[in-house]
Amino acid sequence: MLTITKTPKCYVGGKFIRSESGAVYPVHDASGGFLANIPSCSRKDLRNAVEAAAKAGPGWAARSPYNRAQILYRLGEMLESRADEMAAALACGEQRASAGSGPGAADEVRASIGRIVHFAGWADKYEQVLGSVNPVASPHFNFTVTEPMGIVAVLAPEEAPLLALLTLILPAITSGNAVVALASESRPDAAILLGEILAVSDLPGGVVNLLTGSREGLIDTFATHEHLRAVTASATRAEATTLQQGAAESVKRVVLHDPATDWLAADHESPWPIRDFVEAKTVWHPIGA
Amino acid sequence: MIQRPALLRLLDEVGTVDAVGVEERAAKFATRSIKRESKRFGLRLAASMVDLTTLEGKDTPGKVASLCRKALRAHDTVEVPPVAAVCVYPTMVRAAVGALAGSSVRVASVATAFPSGQAPIKSRLAEVKAAVADGADEIDMVIQRGAFLAGDLVRVRDEIERVRDACGEATLKVILETGELETYDNIRAASFLAMRVLRPGDFIKTSTGKTSANATLANHQVMIEAIRDHYLASGTEIAMKPAGGIRNAKEALHFLVAVKETLGDAWLNNRRYRFGASSLLNDLVRQLVKQETGAYQAPWNFTENAGGY
Amino acid sequence: MAPKSKKAKNAKKAKNADNSKTPKDADKGGKGDRGQAAAARKPARELLFGDLWEFDPAPESADPRIEESYGLFINGRFSAPKSRKHFTSVSPRDGAALSRIASAGKADVNAAYLAAARAFAKWSQLPGRERGKFLFRIARLLQDRSREFAVAETLDGGKPIKESRDFDLPMAAAHFFYHAGWADKLDYLAPGRRCEPLGVVGQVIPWNFPLLMLAWKLAPALAAGNTVVLKPAETTSITALKFASILQDAGLPPGVVNIVTGAGDTGAEVVNHPKAAKVAFTGSTEVGKLIQRSLAGSGKRLTLELGGKAANIVFADAPLDQAVEGIVNGIFFNQGHVCCAGSRLLVQESIAGLIVDKLRDRLAVLRVGDPLDKNTDVGAINSGEQLDKIRELVQSGIDEGAEIHQPKCRLPEKGWYFPPTLFSGVTQSHRIAREEIFGPVLSILTFRTPAEAIEKANNTAYGLSAGVWTDKGSRILKMAAELKAGVVWANTYNRFDPSSPFGGYKESGFGREGGKHGLLDYLKLG
Repeated sequence: MLTITKTPKCYVGGKFIRSESGAVYPVHDASGGFLANIPSCSRKDLRNAVEAAAKAGPGWAARSPYNRAQILYRLGEMLESRADEMAAALACGEQRASAGSGPGAADEVRASIGRIVHFAGWADKYEQVLGSVNPVASPHFNFTVTEPMGIVAVLAPEEAPLLALLTLILPAITSGNAVVALASESRPDAAILLGEILAVSDLPGGVVNLLTGSREGLIDTFATHEHLRAVTASATRAEATTLQQGAAESVKRVVLHDPATDWLAADHESPWPIRDFVEAKTVWHPIGA
Repeated sequence: MIQRPALLRLLDEVGTVDAVGVEERAAKFATRSIKRESKRFGLRLAASMVDLTTLEGKDTPGKVASLCRKALRAHDTVEVPPVAAVCVYPTMVRAAVGALAGSSVRVASVATAFPSGQAPIKSRLAEVKAAVADGADEIDMVIQRGAFLAGDLVRVRDEIERVRDACGEATLKVILETGELETYDNIRAASFLAMRVLRPGDFIKTSTGKTSANATLANHQVMIEAIRDHYLASGTEIAMKPAGGIRNAKEALHFLVAVKETLGDAWLNNRRYRFGASSLLNDLVRQLVKQETGAYQAPWNFTENAGGY
Repeated sequence: MAPKSKKAKNAKKAKNADNSKTPKDADKGGKGDRGQAAAARKPARELLFGDLWEFDPAPESADPRIEESYGLFINGRFSAPKSRKHFTSVSPRDGAALSRIASAGKADVNAAYLAAARAFAKWSQLPGRERGKFLFRIARLLQDRSREFAVAETLDGGKPIKESRDFDLPMAAAHFFYHAGWADKLDYLAPGRRCEPLGVVGQVIPWNFPLLMLAWKLAPALAAGNTVVLKPAETTSITALKFASILQDAGLPPGVVNIVTGAGDTGAEVVNHPKAAKVAFTGSTEVGKLIQRSLAGSGKRLTLELGGKAANIVFADAPLDQAVEGIVNGIFFNQGHVCCAGSRLLVQESIAGLIVDKLRDRLAVLRVGDPLDKNTDVGAINSGEQLDKIRELVQSGIDEGAEIHQPKCRLPEKGWYFPPTLFSGVTQSHRIAREEIFGPVLSILTFRTPAEAIEKANNTAYGLSAGVWTDKGSRILKMAAELKAGVVWANTYNRFDPSSPFGGYKESGFGREGGKHGLLDYLKLG
């Protein structure tokens, strides 16, 4: 009996979509056989994803930190419950990879779950590390709090297609940003599955939007879309130049990772990546009766 | 019906004051640099605004007479205008009236159980009437700070009215005793409470000079802003008198700068503005002499109690 | 019986009290002294701010000790520019020439970077305590010569002496003092990480707070262990060059700080030099974008502190006289040459007329003129070019139908001056409500509800600062949370402190200056 295959879809605004352009690109298994048609998202899809993020972002930012923590932890639970399936999806992509394939499917899933749990815990704590009460000389109460920037663009690298993607997304959403992410182009399998996991994680639709498609074709729009307030990527020098030049038009924040980054490394787990996607706001008020 | 306490209702009407903000504003007046002719003008103006005051248990008619001579002619050689008034206890009014007869200098008397105000209203009113009968041109009364702080604003206002009526033709000065009101909100509210029953040309006044907290540029600012707002809203021109603690000419000039930049030129005269002070005149004269001669003056030529040092 | 009679007595008193209102009082109704009365106010009741008591000139007389000519400060000493070019710095006060300033070319900037790179090895390895001692010394030496520097700052930039004396200089010294103490405590800055200096930092600063911006930039950079190439603004180089002599007196090792003067070309050389590990820029959004673009792909770190169009929001329940003071301080401080100036006043509709009246009375006593006079509140516009820009935008406000208010004031005949200016009846679409004027010009808009105020305040590409005035605590916190701005002044405005982070959202730039947040931007986490 013929098994039916699952049509790969992107996850945008809490819905599973194909590209508005109708374009797809095929991915193959290790032996070169056809596996699936992946949506090749257009600039317009990206724009729609930004709209979806803009709609969901304020509500997400307004959730209590405790609530965000629980929802992120729930995401970890959901990934754990489908760990084997995710490992298979990663393995699928791994076989496809030409060289330098990354951490290995099972390890990558374990590390990803760990990373989710780590950031879930930060949601109601990072403010106590990043914020401050400032001892000014005048009779004023002065404090600095952090706020999410808004919508953050994520360009995931080709390798470690789940762990790297989550490592770039998690610091942004922990503080209440919404994300529009472009998955690994050659190994989108994990991102497709991650969309399904996000959908049942209690994370409001639109907070994380996952696109698949051509990195080269979309990078310029990611760089120049003014509603995106920050962009983070593991980027080559040429890509970095494109991103930073495009970002300059709207003074967008650009956070780059060395392509040689070890995504398993412990230094990805700290409050400092969260700092990359928050604005520090300082408030003054006089003290007087 | 739920009714907010009277003080809060009054503050709803007249607005509140931010303490740090008003102190910052006040501090800026003290950075004005008054030089040469503008200094001479300011010193003379300040001298003409002095309510030369003696409020001691040991006051005698002789001492008051001596003070009145100083009020009329503060210095032998340098021209100093006569002060605005001599301010004494009711028992000394007659002595002052006698000494100042025929001059422009007015006789002011504190009354109403100064400085505490803690006497029955009947006796306070009788005291006012007696002082006026003895020839006082101006009466400096104290408000019931206890009643104000307890929220009995009606009583405070009622008493001001009754004292005003007892004054007859005499000018009334209402002492808020800002140091005991403690907050700027209270000072602003009390200013309006008083001004709403005062006549044009009556005064509100900061302090008795008998507590440790005296006139400051900040509580003075709150009061002159209240006078300004009351004037712009009602057309009634209330006069201002800071008192207590203003001992040197430089401070007095800072107060006058505040008046110039808050109330404007119409308040820069002794019908609208006074300094209640016992020793300020000495320093004003000392600085005027310095302006004339160019030499800094030793204190003992200008005050009775500078000590021997 | 007793309670009843007391009640009756009170009622009688209350009635008496009502009767005692003067007729003039009676016509203003219950809420007389605030909003509603303003509308009914008789024009005859005006305050007279005349010339009864004119202040004599009170010029500050301290010697600014400005040299006839300055070279470039590279590797601990002054040297002639290899470019052989100079320009003249003039005083906006009267247009008089003050000094001849070197214009650094490519080779000069390169020499500065080489010196800084050479100095970095030792400076970054110096124990933090020792680096701190240098900064403490600098703070003290600056305090010693505070008045001299204040006069130089006023002559060169045009700001009133009372501001350079009471704000710029004390605040500059405070920045060095604050950051000095951090130098040996960097381990406590980022829990779990080791902080390391970046290398050579290129810094480009603006002309509105020449010495203070220098302090904002240098103090954290040096405390963190970096070395610096700094370029002051072309029109205001003198206090930076005078400051070099303080570095010499403090015995700071050569090359740790290098100061190259010049115009935009020199700035481009500074930001684009390959040896710059980080660039820190304060200036216009326009130039900030150019720098961000030119640094693309270079791997250099960048922090930008750019323009603003801050909303200063006044609710009807605010302490109004302090709000008026805050509005005035917000827009006329330093002639409005302030990136965080409260240039858009949003007033709740019910008190709009009253606030405009109060502002007009307040403006009447602002003293505009010679910045060297100790009584001057609003000094000279920094340059003829800036004055032209202000005039052009003010004309656009008139052309677009806003109502202009200017106090009568006699402006000096020589030099560049502009009177304090209010525009009422401004709408969101007016250029004067959207563009940064960087001058003493306030645009007044109205709102009705908190949500409307937030919407209008955030309706801008900028996000540097905002003000909110209200007596209601919970509203302050709500407004502060909703305003998209890096600094929110509640019931105050234009306050600064070395421990308080400063910097913007959106197109007002990124990164912070001040406090631990600012210091972190001069370090990498190991």
